[in-house]
Amino acid sequence: MVTVNWFIWLSLTLFMIGVFGFLTRRSIIMMFLSIEVMLNAVNLSLVSFSYFLNDLRGHILVFFIVAVAAAEAAIGLAILIALFRNRQTAQVDQITEMKG
Amino acid sequence: MNPLLFGYLAAAIIVFSALAVTRKNPVHAILFMIVMFFHLAVMYLGLDAEFLAAIQIIVYAGAILVLFLFVVMVLNIKEEMSGERFSSGWPLGISLAAGIFLLAIIMTGNVFPLGQQGIYTPALIASETHTKALGSLMYTQYIFPFELASLILLVAVIGAIVLAKKRLR
Repeated sequence: MVTVNWFIWLSLTLFMIGVFGFLTRRSIIMMFLSIEVMLNAVNLSLVSFSYFLNDLRGHILVFFIVAVAAAEAAIGLAILIALFRNRQTAQVDQITEMKG
Repeated sequence: MNPLLFGYLAAAIIVFSALAVTRKNPVHAILFMIVMFFHLAVMYLGLDAEFLAAIQIIVYAGAILVLFLFVVMVLNIKEEMSGERFSSGWPLGISLAAGIFLLAIIMTGNVFPLGQQGIYTPALIASETHTKALGSLMYTQYIFPFELASLILLVAVIGAIVLAKKRLR
């Protein structure tokens, strides 16, 4: 029998893969990809809680998270294009203007 | 859900997301992400969320990752792939991730106590279909957040055009 704990652990592992990628990659596009992994981990936990609680509100939250993730990806990638046009690089450790 | 199916899907999701996060070539990473999203959609199907499975494939695999592919096309992929893959602070990153992971595993170690049960049992959703049940809840009780989501999407569309434009007049 698959219990809610299995889903929590899977979602946790997925979220930590996203955290690891976000903290360690140099390329901004891979950092965005890691954020998408983290959002999907949260979505998975919400859907599984909804299923085990016989409630539909988690699904509604997932719907809004998907909408906001689409908006976030569009804005973030537009910022990335603007940055790449000005700096010719997408590596975060080469963007050091704010370093004192 | 069948434990065998869950095991296969969980293993595939973890392996493909780990591959996606660690690939050097961004195009390969995005393609692994698409495979991972399809497995996640099957997981949603097993959890009685057909509409969300469709949304997962249409919006995530169809729209967001295609947007990523377009941006990778705009960027200089040769420069992107040269040099180190991970930043110099990677031991800190991996230890932070592992620390939070262990903490959360300890917190959810025993059987997770679930709260009050709602009214949407799998039988009710099956008789009413998931899309209809979700829609009737969203267009009555959650109509205001729904309108706000449309506003957020409008802001995102205008903002993306303004940010990516060459020169503002």
